[in-house]
Amino acid sequence: MKIAVVRFPGSNCDADALEAARASGADAAFVWHRSTDLGGADVIVLPGGFSYGDYLRPGAIARFSPVMRAVAAHAAAGRPVLGICNGFQVLCEAQLLPGALARNGGLSFVCRPVTLRVESDATPFTARYRCGQLLRMPVAHGDGRYVADEATLERLERDGRVVFRYVGGNPNGAMHDIAGITNEGHNVVGLMPHPERAAEDLLGSGDGAAMFAMAAVAAGV
Amino acid sequence: MTRFRARVRVMPRSSILDPQGQAVSHALGELGFGGVGEVRVGRAVELLLDAASADAARADALQMCERLLANPVTEDYVLEGVEPAA
Repeated sequence: MKIAVVRFPGSNCDADALEAARASGADAAFVWHRSTDLGGADVIVLPGGFSYGDYLRPGAIARFSPVMRAVAAHAAAGRPVLGICNGFQVLCEAQLLPGALARNGGLSFVCRPVTLRVESDATPFTARYRCGQLLRMPVAHGDGRYVADEATLERLERDGRVVFRYVGGNPNGAMHDIAGITNEGHNVVGLMPHPERAAEDLLGSGDGAAMFAMAAVAAGV
Repeated sequence: MTRFRARVRVMPRSSILDPQGQAVSHALGELGFGGVGEVRVGRAVELLLDAASADAARADALQMCERLLANPVTEDYVLEGVEPAA
């Protein structure tokens, strides 16, 4: 199983994501954002950070990087793509996921552990969890408030496409307490919290490690 | 080809909470401006572009708004003016 971690100028969680991917047993490598070749990767990870300095809007410029054409093709082929934090913002800007991430409701940059409830185990990245399971992992963002129009929210809820929800406190004012969602094909997942920063107990939580565990992908979920 | 100057105003959609605007409203109140109500903070974009006519420049600028300058989920835009650049 091969995982590509895309590096944009301004990515800063790329090394952690690579480490978490390798710790799961996968063969993982970086792909520079100018590249159009994903190196035969089975899974793409768009890591957290501040691609292009968040100019204009977070993710707005990164979505035009050459690598995003390959990422879109990968997603269209039904293959797994995970966007973490800024990666989630990029996926929304690229319209590979619906909705947008707006400035946090309280304006503050929030950087602290949160509790998430797994709402869907029907994605390659959550197949190793069970619905209702509570996970502990950190958030670190200024623009993480998930927003979408009513029709989109209804569709997400009806089709089981809300993947993670904040419980015991919503750090950013996200609609429906949404922390992560998936696309229609359930192969593209974006979330604001950082599973790669909670990928081993030494970091305070190992709850995020299973998201990189590729047995789930191999099982073809 | 003529060079035009286009001015675009991008604003958070009114149905979407604008915490920046709220913070500015609060700060203005602190400064003693008691009459300040809702404040919304947006973005102005000014750009120069070459086009065959003002209509063509306007059409290009609208495309730019649709595809990059505004987020269709959270923001509205107004093309405030397209005029020949001096």
